[in-house]
Parts: sequence; C-alpha cells; structure tokens
Amino acid sequence: MPYHEMMVKPMREEVTRHGVTELRTVADVDAALGPGEGTALVFVNSVCGCAAGGARPALALALAHAVKPQQLYTVFAGQDLDATARARSYFADFQPSSPSVALLRDGEVMHFIHRHMIEGRAPQVVAADLVAAFDKYCSPQSAAKSE
Amino acid sequence: MTVVVESPNGVAWVGRYHERTDRGVLLHDVAIHDPTSADQTRDVWIQRLLKFGIRIDQKHVVVPDAEASRIVRLQEWKPSTS
Repeated sequence: MPYHEMMVKPMREEVTRHGVTELRTVADVDAALGPGEGTALVFVNSVCGCAAGGARPALALALAHAVKPQQLYTVFAGQDLDATARARSYFADFQPSSPSVALLRDGEVMHFIHRHMIEGRAPQVVAADLVAAFDKYCSPQSAAKSE
Repeated sequence: MTVVVESPNGVAWVGRYHERTDRGVLLHDVAIHDPTSADQTRDVWIQRLLKFGIRIDQKHVVVPDAEASRIVRLQEWKPSTS
C-alpha cells in the first residue's frame, strides 16, 4: 500500500531538485524511454530506509560529475505502481529491487545498481560506482567508440 | 541487508536479513539454491544474482539455526575455492 503523499514528497524532491524528471504514469515512461536513443539514467526511488537513505545522496553526488547521462529520470516504487512497473519493463532482464539505478544507452542496459549494492555502503562509494559508469558509457569518447 | 546463508548440506538462501533468534535466521524476499535440484552450481547461481538481482522464491524464510553454518553479506560473498 502506498505511503501518504505528504510523507514521500521530500523523498521525491530530494531527487528532482537535481534535474531528474519524475515519471508518474505509464504514458510518461513510454514517452521518455520509448524512443531508446542516447543515454538515460532511471533512478528507482524508494521509501526503504536501509538503502534509499543512502541512494538519494549518492545520486546527488554522482550528478555533480561533469559527465552524466543525457536524460535523467526517476520513478517511485511502491507509490507510482504502474509507472514503476512500466519502467522496469525497459530493463526486464534485471530483477526488481528498490532503490536501484539503471543506466541505458540506446535502449540497452549498460550498468545496473541493485539494492544489495547500495545497502551498507556510504553514498560516496555508490556515487563513485555511478561516476565510473558515466565515464565509461556517457562520455563523448565512449559514444564515438560505440558507433 | 542482503545476505547469503549457507548450510552444511549445500543449500543456500539469499535474502534480506531480519533477525537471528533461537528458531533460526529470519530472511525476507528469499532466493533458494538446492544443489540436489538446481541446474547450476551455487557459485554460478550467486554470480547471476549479483548481476541480475534476486529472483524471489519465498517471501519469508526461517533457516533453522543448525543449518545456518555461515552468513555473509551478498556484496562480500566470494566463490568457493575448492
């Protein structure tokens, strides 16, 4: 059952304030991820205290890096159920967990961070993992290599 | 925290650790590997979990205390060397 919106609003804003677009409907998700062009990050937000409390600061730290995905999206697991299920269909090879992060390039999953990779790790460590993926898959040089 | 619980007879459970009591280790959202019926080794199975995530077989499991011979965080799990 979803939590009261008043409770999750700060958790949404902790992500969207960094320029991440929230996808709240199936139509939002399809419009964003359907074209499957370029690089896109999907942050699956969550109330989960043991991991999400570290995942959101990690995302914020990573997005301060010079290289980052062209498109930044988030869905909220347990809250926006249909939108989250639809977003997960774009990375269906990976079992659902939240929080989690998918990095896609031209519609293909290039890097995935599961909840078990976030739990118990400092935000700086998770951010470093994300930044390494950004450098590997989102830099102009990496795009040129894949052409 | 997501952990791997291993038993002396080779069964392994991967799930979110809740608590350990006299009854055993309580896990949530659990994937189970039984070497007598699995089509891949435990090491290969866990490596797939690490990459693709945990496919939940049971929502809750209590692993009897005597069977929980080793508990390690999934992120710190290493393949067996034997």
